[in-house]
Amino acid sequence: MGNLNEIFDTGRETLRDVERRLDMPRREFLQFCATVAATLGLPAGAEAAVAKAIEAARRPSVIWLHFQECTGCSESLLRAEHPTLEKLILDVISLDYHETLMAAAGHQAEAARKAAMKANKGKYVLVVEGAIPTKANGIYCKIGGQTAIDMLKECAADAAAVIAIGSCASWGGMPSTISPLSDSSPTGSAGVAEILGKPVMTIPGCPPNPYNFLAAVVHFLTFGKLPELDKLGRPKFAYSRLIHENCERRAHFDAGRFAMEFGDSGHRQGYCLYKLGCKGPETYANCSTLGFGDAGENNWPVGCGHPCIGCSEKGVGFQKPIHQVAKMLNVTPPLQYPRIVEAQGKAASFASAAAVAAVAGAAAGAAIMLTRNLGLSHAAEEAERTKAAKPEDKAGA
Amino acid sequence: MANNHYAAPAPVGGGLVNIVTLSCGVLIALMAAILMVRFLFGLGAVTALNDGYPWGIWIAVDVVIGSAFACGGFSVAMLVYIFNKGEYHPLVRPALLASLFGYTLAGAGVMFDLGRWWNVWNMFWPWSINPNSVMFEVAVCITLYIVVMWIEFSPVVFEKLGKDDARRKVSKLMFFIIALGTVLPMMHQSSLGTLLVVLGGQVHPLWQTPALPLLYLLSAIFMGYAVVLFESCLTSTAYRRKLETHMLTPMAKIMLGVLAVFIVVRLGDVLMRGTLGRAVEPSVQALMFWLEMACFIAPLILIGAESNRRNPARLFLAGVLLMLGGSLMRLSGFLIGYETGGDFSYFPTLAEVLVTAGMFAVEVLGYIIITRRFPVLPREELQAVK
Amino acid sequence: MGTRRDFLRGVLAGGAAATAGVVSAPTFARETRSRPPEALGLLYDSTLCVGCKACVAACKMANNNPAEFSTVDHLWDTPLDTSGYTFNIIKMYRNGTMDAKDQEVNGFAFMKTSCMHCADPSCVSACPVSAMTKDPETGVVGYNPDKCIGCRYCVAACPFGIPKYQYDSPTGRIGKCELCRHRHKDGHYSACAEVCPTGATLFGKTSVLLAEAKRRLAMKPGEMNRFPRGHLRHAQEKALQGKPDGKGVMMRAGWRDEPDQSYETRAGTYLPHVYGEKEYGGTQVLKLSGVNFEKLGMPNLGPDAAAAMSETIQHNLYGNLIMPFAVLGAMTWVARRNVKPEDESSGQGGKDRGQ
Repeated sequence: MGNLNEIFDTGRETLRDVERRLDMPRREFLQFCATVAATLGLPAGAEAAVAKAIEAARRPSVIWLHFQECTGCSESLLRAEHPTLEKLILDVISLDYHETLMAAAGHQAEAARKAAMKANKGKYVLVVEGAIPTKANGIYCKIGGQTAIDMLKECAADAAAVIAIGSCASWGGMPSTISPLSDSSPTGSAGVAEILGKPVMTIPGCPPNPYNFLAAVVHFLTFGKLPELDKLGRPKFAYSRLIHENCERRAHFDAGRFAMEFGDSGHRQGYCLYKLGCKGPETYANCSTLGFGDAGENNWPVGCGHPCIGCSEKGVGFQKPIHQVAKMLNVTPPLQYPRIVEAQGKAASFASAAAVAAVAGAAAGAAIMLTRNLGLSHAAEEAERTKAAKPEDKAGA
Repeated sequence: MANNHYAAPAPVGGGLVNIVTLSCGVLIALMAAILMVRFLFGLGAVTALNDGYPWGIWIAVDVVIGSAFACGGFSVAMLVYIFNKGEYHPLVRPALLASLFGYTLAGAGVMFDLGRWWNVWNMFWPWSINPNSVMFEVAVCITLYIVVMWIEFSPVVFEKLGKDDARRKVSKLMFFIIALGTVLPMMHQSSLGTLLVVLGGQVHPLWQTPALPLLYLLSAIFMGYAVVLFESCLTSTAYRRKLETHMLTPMAKIMLGVLAVFIVVRLGDVLMRGTLGRAVEPSVQALMFWLEMACFIAPLILIGAESNRRNPARLFLAGVLLMLGGSLMRLSGFLIGYETGGDFSYFPTLAEVLVTAGMFAVEVLGYIIITRRFPVLPREELQAVK
Repeated sequence: MGTRRDFLRGVLAGGAAATAGVVSAPTFARETRSRPPEALGLLYDSTLCVGCKACVAACKMANNNPAEFSTVDHLWDTPLDTSGYTFNIIKMYRNGTMDAKDQEVNGFAFMKTSCMHCADPSCVSACPVSAMTKDPETGVVGYNPDKCIGCRYCVAACPFGIPKYQYDSPTGRIGKCELCRHRHKDGHYSACAEVCPTGATLFGKTSVLLAEAKRRLAMKPGEMNRFPRGHLRHAQEKALQGKPDGKGVMMRAGWRDEPDQSYETRAGTYLPHVYGEKEYGGTQVLKLSGVNFEKLGMPNLGPDAAAAMSETIQHNLYGNLIMPFAVLGAMTWVARRNVKPEDESSGQGGKDRGQ
C-alpha cells in the first residue's frame, strides 16, 4: 500500500501524467480512486495505492468476449459517469478486443485479438460477457466460425485472470432458464467456470453494478491479484450481504407494512415489496447499498417500486417466477427471537429467603420450646399425681 | 369428665401492652406501609408474582392455608351442636374467635391480591356472576360465612355491652346460624380444593385429582381440631391458665378418626390413579409429598395411644404437625406442584412475607385484645394470680 | 340423656348427606364442549413462517399496546413471551448448529404463541365474574375489563399460559388475543393474519381452516402448491356475503374484500398432526409444524377439557343448590334440637346451655 503522504503531494509528476493521459483533472482522478477504494472496502489510505497503480504507465491488456448476451453489461459499464468511465476503460486498461467498442471488424478484429494474446501472453485479463451454449457442440453461438466454447478455451489458456461479467457468464443467466416443461435450457447455456472447469471471478447481475466490476479490476491492478471471493466466485466486498439486510424498505418489512398490489396505497407509500415477490431476502448483492449506474440514488428496482427479481442469484433470477414469494435466507439472528422457553420471574432474594427462614425458624423454635414446656409441666403433674420420685423422666417426650 | 357443667366465659383481663402486642403492632405497621405501595403502584411493585405464578403466598398462605387454620370454629361447632358433644362447649368461643379472625383476614387478603378490587361487586351482581366458576362459589361462601360467624360471635359482644335483648333475639335464631356456619365452610373448604381442578395438567398429578374437594374438606376438619389443640395449649401457657386436657384428649381422638379417613382417601386416590410412581422420582415435588405424608402419619404414632393423648406436649406437637401437613398439601397444590410450562420461578419477596406476617400479627393481636376484654375463654376459678 | 342417640343422629343426618354427594357416582357429567359451527380462528403453519415478526408488530398496533424491552438498548420491541402487553409473539426453537429450518436436530423452527380460542376454555369456566366470555356464534374468547376483578384465576387456569396480567400497574388488566374482534365491525380480520407475508397465519372459519390444514398434510413435501394468504374463505361464502345461503341463514357480512393473495411455493415437511383439532375438545386456532409440538412449547393435552371435570364436580355438589340445601336442612334440624335458646339462662355472664 502506498505512502499516505503521497496523496497530498498533488504536484507529483506521475499525477500530472495521468491528468494528461485521462484528460481528467487531478482532483477528479483522486476522487475516483477514493470511490473505487471505498467500494472495495479498503482501509483509509488505500486510495493512495490505487492512485499509484493507475498512474503507472503500463496498461494491462484486456480481451473482452461476448457470447449469449444482450451487451447490457457493457452498456451499463459505459453509463457509469462518475468519472467518465469510458476514458478509464480505454486509457487505464488497454482494451484490445471488445466486439462492441472496437473499431475493427471481421478478420481484422480476430487478428487483433490473436496479436494481443500473443504479445501479452500470460499477462492479459480475459473478461467474458454472456453465457456459452453447450448443446449440439455449442453451435448456437459462433464468432468468426469458431464456437463460443472453443474461443473461450483458447483465450482463457494464457490469461492472467478470467472475469465473468454478468449473470449469463457467471452461471448461464437468462439463456440458461429451464422451462417447467423441460429439463434443460434450449441451448444448454452454461457459465464460464463450468466450461473451463475451474473457478473464475464472477460479477453476476443483469446487469451488474459497473463499480463492482471496476473495483475488482482496479484491485487486480493495485495488488496484482483478484479480491477475496466467495464459493461462487463473487467478490466478497460486493456480494456478501443479502439485499434484504440493507434494504431501504426494511423498516416496513419489520413493521409488517406491505404493498399488496401495484399501485395500492401501500405501494404508493413505499411499503415493503416482499408480498409482491421481492427476492431481496434470497439474493446476495450490494444493490441496496451502492447507487446503481450513477443516475442518483433510489434508482434500483426496489427503489422505484418493483420487487427485486434476484437477477444476480443462480436459481432465483430468471428461474423463479417474478412474483413468487422469496425464501427467507437469514432468519437466524440469535438474539432477535425469544426461545420457546424463556426464564421468567425473580429468584429468591437474600432478604426474602432470610425472612422466610427466620419465620420458619422462629415458628419451629417456638413450637419446640412450647412442646418442651408442656412436656415438663405434664411430667410434673403426672409425677405429682403418682407421687413418684423422678419427675424428669418423660420430659423428652 | 363427661359432665356438661362448665365454667361460663369471662374476660381474661390484664394489660394490653407487652412485648407480643408491640411486635404485632410493628408488623402491622410494616404491612400497612407495604400495602400502601401495592395499591399505589401495583402488585408488581411489591410482589414477585409473574404470569407463571399468578398466585403467590398471599393466596396460597393467607387465604388457602389461613382459612383452613380458621376451621377450628367450624370443626368444634360441628362437634358440639351437630354431634351434640356438649362437653366441648368451652372450646367453641375461643375457636370461633380464631376462625372469625382467620376468615376476616383471608377475605381482606383476597382484596390485597385482587388486581382490580374496585370491581369486586361483580362477584355478587346477578348479571355478572358465573356459577360455573369454582372461585365464585368460594367467594360467595366465604363472604356469607364471615357474616354468619360475626352473628355467631355477636352474643359475646352483646354480653359485653350488656344488651341482653339483642342477645336473646340472636340466640333464638342461633340454631339456624350454626347450621349455616357448618354448611358454608364445608362448601368452600371443599371448593378450595376444586379450585385446582380446572388447572388441569398444570398441577402435579400428586395434587391433581377429582377427589380434591373431599381431601380438602377432610383436611380442613382435622386441621380445625389441630388448630384448637394448638390454640388451647398456647393460650393456656401464655395466660398461665390450666390446660384443657380433659377436653383436648377426647377431641384428639375424633381428630385422629378424621385423619385416618383422610389418609385412606389420600393414599387410595394416589394408588388408584397410578401416580405413585411420580412420588418416588427424584424431584422436589416427590419430596414434598413424603414430607406431607410424614406430617399426617406422625400424629397417629404420636398420640395413637390413649395414654399419650393425655400428654399435652404430644397433643400440641400432633396439632402442629397436622397444621403443617395440611399447609404443605395446600402449598404444594397451589405453588410447589404448579407448573404452567416454561421456565418460570417464584419466591416471595420480603414485602410479601412481611404482609403475610402482618396478617398473622393482626390475628394474634386481635385474639389477645378480645380474650382479655371480652368473655371468650371460660372463667378460670383456680386461676393463678395475674 | 340421649347424647349418644343425638350424636348418631348427627352422624346420619350431617355426615351421610355431606359425604354422599361427594363420593357417589356423578349424577351430572358435563361433557367437553366442541367448537360452534361458525367458529372463527387462525391456522398457523410453522413451515411457512419466515420469522419476520410482522404479526407481532401488527398485533401491538391493532391492540394499542406499548413496546416491551428485553435488551439493554431499548431500541426495538423485544418481548420474550406473551404478556399483559404482548398478545402475540413468534418464538424460535433452536437445536445444535441450526442448519435447517423445521428440522428437529441441528435445526430451528418458529412458533406463534397466542390465544388458542379453545372450544371449552378453562379461563371462561374459571372466571368468577364472567369477564372472560366465549362468543356463542364466533367462539371468540373475549375479555371485559369492566367486570374483571383481577383475581388471575384465568392466568392460572389456561393450559397454554395465555391470559397474562399487567403486574406493573395499580389498575392492571388481563391481556390476551381476542382475535381482533374490535376490528371485525370495520370488516378487518385478525391483524396478524392480515399482514402475514407468507400466509403462515391465515384467518377464517375454523372448519375451513381445518380442511386447509388437512389439504396441506396430504401434500408431498417439496411439491409446488398454491397457498392462500390473509383471509381464507370458501368461494361460496365470499359470493354469498351478506345474503341468505339458500337455507335462510345469512352469511356473515361485512368482511372487507381483498384481492386473492394466494401464491405458489413448495410444501413443507409436516408432522401428521393438526394441533388444536382435538386438543382440549378442539381449539379454534390450529397449528401445523415440522417439529414436535411439545418442543415448540405446545403442551401435550388430551381430548377432554379441564373445565369439563371442574364443572362436573362443581355442579354435582352445587347444582341448583340442591345438595347445600339438603345438608343445611339436615344440619338445621339437628342443631335445632341441640342448641338451646339462651332465654332460660340467668344473666350475669353465667349461662347454662347444656342440658
